[in-house]
Amino acid sequence: MLPTMTPTPRDYSLIGRDAALAEANGIAAAEWYSCPIPRKQLKELMKRSDGPALRDTAIWVAALVLSAAGGIHFWGSWWAVPFFLVYGVLYGSSSDSRWHEAGHGTAFKTRWMNDVLYYVASFMILREPTVWRWSHTRHHTDTIIVGRDPEIAVPRPPDVVALLLNIFALKSSLMTLKSLFIHASGRLKPDEATFIPEMERWKVYLVARIYLAIFAAVIVACVWMGSILPAMLVGLPSLYGGFMTIYFGLTQHAGLAEDVLDHRLNTRTIYMNPLFRFLYWNMNYHVEHHMFPMVPYHALPRLHEAIKDDCPEPYPSTIAAYREIIPTILRQVREPAFHVIRRLPDGKTPVPYNHGAIINPAE
Amino acid sequence: MPEQWINACDTDDIDQDDVIRFDHDGRTFALYRTEDDRFFATDGLCTHEKVHLSGGLVMGNIIECPKHNGRFDFTTGKAKGAPVCVDIATYPVKVEDGRVLIQIA
Repeated sequence: MLPTMTPTPRDYSLIGRDAALAEANGIAAAEWYSCPIPRKQLKELMKRSDGPALRDTAIWVAALVLSAAGGIHFWGSWWAVPFFLVYGVLYGSSSDSRWHEAGHGTAFKTRWMNDVLYYVASFMILREPTVWRWSHTRHHTDTIIVGRDPEIAVPRPPDVVALLLNIFALKSSLMTLKSLFIHASGRLKPDEATFIPEMERWKVYLVARIYLAIFAAVIVACVWMGSILPAMLVGLPSLYGGFMTIYFGLTQHAGLAEDVLDHRLNTRTIYMNPLFRFLYWNMNYHVEHHMFPMVPYHALPRLHEAIKDDCPEPYPSTIAAYREIIPTILRQVREPAFHVIRRLPDGKTPVPYNHGAIINPAE
Repeated sequence: MPEQWINACDTDDIDQDDVIRFDHDGRTFALYRTEDDRFFATDGLCTHEKVHLSGGLVMGNIIECPKHNGRFDFTTGKAKGAPVCVDIATYPVKVEDGRVLIQIA
């Protein structure tokens, strides 16, 4: 009788076995499939302007101010709850898409506006701006390539407890807090050293110290006032308002293929209602975003129309996506190799690897 | 080493405010035309992760890489911020009789 082989668990660290394997297999920093689109049309879609993001940011800031004012006014009564719910989602969830779009430099045409929004939204979503700028750069280079992508939300087998804790950003915030202390002491973690260049590291240390100083000031304010109200406005909303971050964020790649060089196979595009699209800044068009990251959020619906015939059928709603994601994650707990295979339209061919590639599994 | 001017393309091959790829002798370059009809050349691949800049977006004197949105001033080669940290090589360009010529050392 032949011996049976048990697959080894994947190594998701950036300095482990699968990092070396991805390089050996030629899927690290590789060329990815792009849907064909005429250059003139793409140029039109890539065009930057300040108008849409100025309008959306004005609405966002006004909603933050009004909901905070309501929360403060009704503090101590149950009437404060809906105001803090709105404030929390705007602060702790929709800051994710603002962080993301401004990080790409595509939200505004004017560079400094992107930078201001990037730093403010990074603080709100409790991410360190320099670390995450570089981790997200790597995520775009090596989307869901095991051992290369630092932003794989659901490694296999999935850690369901961690996912549940992150509904209120508990595990992720604890990790960030630990990182802040490490960075404030002038050190990086080994994984981070693989993607943050030497010349950028001073920013990591400086921002960590600023974040900790702000949190210390909030704690002092709470003690001084004898109330958690200051923390309800700054700091805690990243937790109590963070649930929409994971609700939107998990739909991007969870349960789809790893180690393929075709975003149509490892990324979802989902149709969402206008409110969700405002909160999420059109990142529901996620295949389109990954394939053409220079296209601003407000042009993604037009890009979707341009390339949809070359892409899998979009999910009709977030709920529809979760009907696939939840059973897939639960099955992956027992069968880590299981994943959803996206079907392309008739006549379209997936391009998981570059021509001539030979992919060797981990030994 | 003598000057080597390479006949790269017609001026009309590049739209205003745009960039094209030009391959020569195993090397790849990016050729730019500004809105006011000035022509420039740089190495073709981003210094960050070797992506062809010809797929990127020209905004004034800036070329933005199509993969990670890193920016260079293509008239000087200067890197304009993360994720590009290393300047890109530039090459002299001249226009003669409607042709764009690039000087490659």
